[in-house]
Amino acid sequence: MSEQIILSARGLDFYYGPAQALRSIHLDIPAKKVTALIGPSGCGKSTFLRCLNRMNDLIPGARAEGSLTFHGEEIYQKGRDVAALRRRIGMVFQKPNLFPMSIYDNVAYGPRLHGIRSRSALDETVERSLRAAAIWEEVANRLKRPALGLSGGQQQRLCIARALAVEPEVLLMDEATSALDPISTGRIETLLGTLKDRYTIVLVTHNMRQAARVSSRTAFFLNGEVVERGPTERLFSMPRDRRTEAYLTGCLG
Amino acid sequence: MSRAGERAAQAVLFLCALAAVALLLLLTAFFLSSGLPAIREIGWKEFLLGRVWDSADRAAPQFGILPLLLASIYGAAGAAALAVPLGLLTALFLARAAPKGVAACVRQLVRLLAGVPSVVCGLVGMTVLVPFLREWLDLPAGDSLLAAVLVLAVMILPPVVELAEDALAAVPAAYEEASFALGATETETWFQVTLPAAGSGVLAAVALGIGRAVGEAMAVLMVAGNVANMPTLLGSVRLLTTGIAMEFGYAAAGSLRQRALLSIGLVLFVLVVLMNALPHLARRKGGRP
Repeated sequence: MSEQIILSARGLDFYYGPAQALRSIHLDIPAKKVTALIGPSGCGKSTFLRCLNRMNDLIPGARAEGSLTFHGEEIYQKGRDVAALRRRIGMVFQKPNLFPMSIYDNVAYGPRLHGIRSRSALDETVERSLRAAAIWEEVANRLKRPALGLSGGQQQRLCIARALAVEPEVLLMDEATSALDPISTGRIETLLGTLKDRYTIVLVTHNMRQAARVSSRTAFFLNGEVVERGPTERLFSMPRDRRTEAYLTGCLG
Repeated sequence: MSRAGERAAQAVLFLCALAAVALLLLLTAFFLSSGLPAIREIGWKEFLLGRVWDSADRAAPQFGILPLLLASIYGAAGAAALAVPLGLLTALFLARAAPKGVAACVRQLVRLLAGVPSVVCGLVGMTVLVPFLREWLDLPAGDSLLAAVLVLAVMILPPVVELAEDALAAVPAAYEEASFALGATETETWFQVTLPAAGSGVLAAVALGIGRAVGEAMAVLMVAGNVANMPTLLGSVRLLTTGIAMEFGYAAAGSLRQRALLSIGLVLFVLVVLMNALPHLARRKGGRP
């Protein structure tokens, strides 16, 4: 089974000031698959995720060493256009973070930013993104209403629609369902199933069953290192590392 | 503390709060009772829309405050038009763009500017700005609405900066993070997300600025020329505040002239209350849950 590698870490170290958060990470992310990053709190999985679109840049004193590439180009290369990178690698956060604007303006924000002005093109992008995020039916008749009036689950799907509207190649999801009820979580997991044919998805989750349900590859992080990685099914049924097994059976973390 | 002590302490707090409210109510009652009779005597239309203010004429005084009212409105609006954009951009710089040390330094200087007494602002306006305008624009006199606007703009800049910065600092970081994650640059994010998200607070800053400008008397008195013309940008004007400040000492106690000046006080009071109510009304209509 040949798969194209879109994101690749080789000996990636990451520091918050003097504290080292990632130690020599080696990890390949295959294109158009769902990759799950699991591990206990503080293990570095979110830090790794935020390296991929350089959201860690916002934290003073944060710095990366080693190699991390996107389509073979160094993400942390000097002079890299970070805004352009983030346009190609979208992100959905733990808590829905919609703008205090209308539903329509939230989704249209990205496209407008990147130069789409025509009303019809915007309308089309907004509808396509809302459909792709499986929320069109629920909001079609109230696009001009404030986005913050939606339920938590709807807000999170709207966040996904907003991310999709700029047509990224990769979608990073940082515990995107951890603040949601089981029904909303189920909806988003179903949605991921439909998105994985078109997008590369990297998912950080505390929910092991979620990782097992939606991902095809899994990496287990512990204390800033990747302890084990592999096809999800194999990693969950026959973990090779004792620590992975301990975590999966609930004896660790 | 004992229960009784607890109750007593809370009662004291309540009484103090009550005192502030009571003072405002008293003030309102005072202006209504002292201002309304003269307006009725002069006639609402003649008072508010009369184009001639000539209260010193003993035989046939005219009490039309339209020139003063317009001068006050133009003056405040002009000052806001200058100070609000400048203040907002300064606030954005302080809240987001500036390195910590620079921000602290600029913030301190803005506070210093806020502390300059109004009479000193007027003095500088009178000795520097007014002669400059006269020379530069080749006017017979530099005392003008324009001079008043410029002095007012400087005076309302500090509170606008301070309030707007508070509003910007209160914008949740999550909004900006979302914008960055969509590929927005810092400037794009600040102008398209942070500023709009600070909306009601920014509006409060604007309203406060306009309110201050409407209410300012001393500095304006020194640069506006104080002739009760219908206002023109380069002409001498008299504002509501300067009208009261200049004439009250000359008006005989109980005369219609003195009571008309109290009526001007009522108009000013209403204007300022309206300006302060504006952000609250806007917030309620804003539809944010």
